[in-house]
Amino acid sequence: MKHDGFDVLVIGGGHAGAEAAHAAARMGARVGLITLSAAAIGAMSCNPAIGGLGKGHLVREIDAMDGVMGRVADAAGIQFRLLNRRKGPAVQGPRAQSDRAIYRKAMLAEIQSHANITVIEGEAADFQMSGPRVTGVVLGDGAVVEAPSVVLTTGTFLRGIIHIGDVQRPGGRMGEKPSVKLAERIDAFGLPLGRLKTGTPPRLDTNTINWEILEAQPGDAEPVMFSFLSRTPSARQVSCGITHTNAETHDIIRENLDRSAMYGGHIDGIGPRYCPSIEDKIVRFADKTSHQIFLEPEGLDTKAVYPNGISTSLPEEVQTRYVRSIRGLETAEILQPGYAIEYDYVDPRSLTDTLELRVVGGLFLAGQINGTTGYEEAAAQGLVAGLNAAAAAQGRDPIRFGRRTSYIGVMIDDLVTRGVTEPYRMFTSRAEFRLSLRADNADQRLTPMGIALGCVGPERAQAFEAKIEALTKARAEVSAKSWSPREIAAQGVAIAADGNRRDGIELLAFNDASFDTLVALDPSLEGIDPDIRAQIERDACYANYIERQERDVEALKRDEAREIPEGFDYASLGGLSSEARAKLVAAQPRTLAQAARIEGVTPAALTILLARIKKLSRSA
Amino acid sequence: MDTIFALASARGKAGVAVLRVSGPGAKAAAEALTGAEVPARRPVLRDLKGHDGGLIDRALVIAFDAGASFTGEAVVEFQTHGSLAVIAALEAELGRIPGLRPAAPGEFTRRALENERLDLTQVEGLADLIEAETEAQRRQAMRVADGALRAKSDGWRRDLIRAAALIEATIDFADEEVPTDVTPEVLDLTGGLLATLEAEIAGTKIAERVRDGFEVAIIGKPNLGKSTLLNALAGREAAITSEIAGTTRDVIEVRMDLRGLPVTFLDTAGLRETEDPVEQLGVDRARQRAELADLRVLLIEPGEDAVSGPDDLLRTAKGDLRPETPGAISGATGLGVTELIDEIAERLAARTAAIQTATHARQRLSIEGAVTYITAARTELGDKDSRAEVVSENLHQAIRALDLLIGQVDVEHVLDEIFASFCLGK
Repeated sequence: MKHDGFDVLVIGGGHAGAEAAHAAARMGARVGLITLSAAAIGAMSCNPAIGGLGKGHLVREIDAMDGVMGRVADAAGIQFRLLNRRKGPAVQGPRAQSDRAIYRKAMLAEIQSHANITVIEGEAADFQMSGPRVTGVVLGDGAVVEAPSVVLTTGTFLRGIIHIGDVQRPGGRMGEKPSVKLAERIDAFGLPLGRLKTGTPPRLDTNTINWEILEAQPGDAEPVMFSFLSRTPSARQVSCGITHTNAETHDIIRENLDRSAMYGGHIDGIGPRYCPSIEDKIVRFADKTSHQIFLEPEGLDTKAVYPNGISTSLPEEVQTRYVRSIRGLETAEILQPGYAIEYDYVDPRSLTDTLELRVVGGLFLAGQINGTTGYEEAAAQGLVAGLNAAAAAQGRDPIRFGRRTSYIGVMIDDLVTRGVTEPYRMFTSRAEFRLSLRADNADQRLTPMGIALGCVGPERAQAFEAKIEALTKARAEVSAKSWSPREIAAQGVAIAADGNRRDGIELLAFNDASFDTLVALDPSLEGIDPDIRAQIERDACYANYIERQERDVEALKRDEAREIPEGFDYASLGGLSSEARAKLVAAQPRTLAQAARIEGVTPAALTILLARIKKLSRSA
Repeated sequence: MDTIFALASARGKAGVAVLRVSGPGAKAAAEALTGAEVPARRPVLRDLKGHDGGLIDRALVIAFDAGASFTGEAVVEFQTHGSLAVIAALEAELGRIPGLRPAAPGEFTRRALENERLDLTQVEGLADLIEAETEAQRRQAMRVADGALRAKSDGWRRDLIRAAALIEATIDFADEEVPTDVTPEVLDLTGGLLATLEAEIAGTKIAERVRDGFEVAIIGKPNLGKSTLLNALAGREAAITSEIAGTTRDVIEVRMDLRGLPVTFLDTAGLRETEDPVEQLGVDRARQRAELADLRVLLIEPGEDAVSGPDDLLRTAKGDLRPETPGAISGATGLGVTELIDEIAERLAARTAAIQTATHARQRLSIEGAVTYITAARTELGDKDSRAEVVSENLHQAIRALDLLIGQVDVEHVLDEIFASFCLGK
C-alpha cells in the first residue's frame, strides 16, 4: 500500500493523537494517523471519566478551538457533575463519567469522517531521517510514509513494563505490545529521558456488586456539558456508587506490602502524589482507618466497573481478598486485575513551546510521553502539537498559547520551562490568572484565535459570533442602568450609603447581588437570555480582582517581550551559579518571563540575564 | 565579565588606604603588580611595581578566591600607605591592564547581590551600616545586613504558603477526602501573621527615624532664648543669637549623637504674628517643621498659659533669672540642660523599643501591601458566601508583596531604586 502526499503524520490514536490529527486536519493539512489498530482510537485506558478541576477547563479550551474531546465526551457522558458547584465560577470544573464504548465509537467517527485524515493501520517502527530532521515514518512492514511534520504520541509505550505483584512483562496498555524499535531510535537522538509510573485498580463485574446497600451518587439535575455546542446529554444517565475501605482491608494490604510491585522494590519510576495507589495511601496515611472509593460504571452495556481510589500493584490473589473485604464488594469478581505500569518519558524541557523537539526538526511530541498524566492534558498537547505540525508543514508562523489566556498555555509553559518531577496533572492552582481563565469563558478567550487560524468550523464560528453579539448588547443594556444606594439597599444588598450610583455591572460585583437583583430593580432587563445573564454575572463577580490581575499581566507581558536570542551563550555569562546555568541551558527559555519561572533561577540570575539581553539588543 | 577596581577606603591622606579589585582578572592583576603568586586568604607583604619596573609602594596584599569573597568573584585587596599619590599611581597601573576598569558606583555590592552573596534587604542594611554614625544606627543596620529580615520574611512566606495551600486543597481536590473545613487553621495562621506584620510596620516608622535621625524642635515666643538653648545643647555656636526679637528667621538644624540616637535639634523662628513678610515666612516654616518633629521643647514665660501635647516638653525660659521655678531652664548658665537631654533621650529610646527588623520605607510598603491582602483574605473568609478562589487570590497577592521585600520580583525597578543611592567603592 502506498501512502504519500501527507503534510502531517500522527503516530498513536489515543487522546493526544486523535486530537493532534483532527487539529492538523482542521488547519487544512493532509494527515495520516498511524495506529496499530483503528479500534484503539479514542480508547480510555484508565478511568472512564473526562474533566474535573483544571482538566474540565482544558476540555473547554480544546472545544473552543473546535477540537473533538468535548463533543465526544458529551456524546459518551453517562453521569455529568459540575465540581465545586458551590464555589465561584473560576474554580468550577465540568466532569462526566463516560461510556467507554460510545467514547471510542464517537472518536473513531470524528476521525474517519474528516476528509483530511487517513487512518493507517500498522506499527510505526522507525523514523525516516534527513540529517537532524524527521521526514517520514517507517512502518513495521518496511513501507515508508513521508511527511514534513510528525507528531509522536506513544503514551506509556516507551519501554513500558507492567507490574502485577512480582510478575512483570513488557507492555503499554494491557494487551498491547511496546514499541521497542522506536524507543531505540529515540535513544539515538540523545534526548534526556526519565521514568515514571502510574497504576490502575482491578476492574469489577457489576453483577457481583451489592449495589442495594451502597450509597448512590447521581449526576447533577441540570447537567453541564463540555462543548459550547452541546445542550443536553444524549446517552442514558446513571449513578455511581460510593463505598469505603476498612480496617480489614488495610490489614490485608499491610500484610502483603512486600508482595506489591511498588513496595517489593520492583519499580523505580516516580508515581503521582495526587493519585496514590492504595498501598501508598495505607503506608503514608497510616492513621486513616478508611478511604473513599467511587464505583464508576464503565458504560451502559458493559459489566465492567472501575473502583476509583484503589489502584494497586499487588498480586491478583491479594487484590481479590482486599476487594472482598469492602462493603458491597463481598462477592465481587475481578474482571481484570489492577496493575502498575512504568514507562519512559522525554524531559519536556527538550521541547519548544510548540512541542517540537529542539534537536530533531519536524518531530513533535504530545501526551504522556512528555511526562503528563490524564486524557485532558494529553488531548490539549495533541491540539498544540497538531496545530503546530500543520503550521510548520504549511510554512506558517508557530501557534503559541500564553499563560494569561489559557490553561493550555499554563501547561505548555510549565512543561517546557520547568520540566516534571512526577506525572504532570493540571490543577486550577497552577494558573496564576485563574480568575480570568474560567471554563465558562474559554470560547471568548480562544475561539477568536481559532477563527483567525482557520481551525474553527463555520457552525461554531456562527454560534460564537451570535453569542458575542448578544453578550455585547446585553452588557451595554446592563451598564446603561444605574441606581442609588437606597434603591439597591431596598433589594437586600449590603451597600454603603455613599450617594454614588452603581451601574448594573458594578452592582453585580457585590457578593450578594445577582442578575435577579437587576431585574427586580428594572424589569426591562427581563428579556435577556438566561445563558447571557449567567455569563455577565460570572464576568462581573471578579471584576475588582481581574483589574488587579491585569496589572500583573502587564508586568508579565513586559517580561515576555524580552526575548532571549536563540543559541544564547549561558557559559559566557559570569556570575551565574552553576545550578542556575545548568537549568537555563536545559530549558533554553525563549523569554525572560520563561526564565523567571524555572526553579532555581533566582532574581539575581535574572538580573544578570536581563543585563546581557539589554546589552545584546543595544549592540545589535 | 569585566574586572573592576576602586578605592574602598575614604579618599584623602590617611595611614592606610584599601584598594579593592574584583573579577576574573583580579588575581592576574595582583601577580602582574607583585611579580609573584598571591595566596588566598593569607595577607602577604609585597612590593607593587609599575609596568616600567618602578616601585609604587610596599603593600599588604590579600586575595580571596571566587565563591569565597564579598562579591562572590575573585577579589584582591591592596592595603597601601594612605597617600594620594600612591593611590593615583596604583589606579593608573590597574587601568593599564586589559579587562580592568574603574568600578561604577555601588558596583561591588551589585555584584555581591548578583552572585547571591547578599539579598536586597542585606544590601540595604549594608548601605545603612556604612552610613551609620551612632550606636543605635549601627545595631539596627547590622541586624538587617546580617540577613535577619530575609530570615523573618522566609517564615512569613511559609505561613502564607501553608494558608494558601490549605485553601487550594479545598478547590482542586473538592471531589476527594480533604479536610472540609480549613477555615480555622487559615484564620489562625493569618491572624498570627497579621499581628506580627503590623508590629513590624509600627517598628519601621521608628526605625526610619533611627536611620534618618529624630527631630526635636525648640519652639516658643520670640526672644525666650531658644537659640541660646540650642547652642548649649550642641555645645557650640550653631545658631546666631542676639538680643533683637525675631533674629532667627529660618530653621537652624543641629545634628547630634544623643546617647547613641541620632537627633536633629531644630531652632525655629519665634512664633508670633508679624508685619514683616520675610519674618512671617520664617514663622510659617517653623510651625510646619515643629509640627512634624518627634518631640517639641516648648519654652514659655513664667505664668504663660501654654497648651501642650504629649510630645511637648514644657520648660520655663531664662531660668537663670528665676531658678526656683519648676521646669526652669537656661541656655546661658546650663541650668536644666542635662535633665532636658536625659528626658529627650529617654523618651526617644522608649520609642525604639517598638523596632522590629524592617527599617526602610520600601520594606514597610511591601509589608503594608501584604497586610492589605491578608486582611482582604480574612474578610472574605469570614463572609457567609466566602469564595475560596478569592481568598486564595488575596493570599497569593500577599506572597507576591513579601517577595518584593527581598527582591524576588520586579528585579529591574527595585534594583535601580536601590543602586541609585549607592556611592563608589562600597
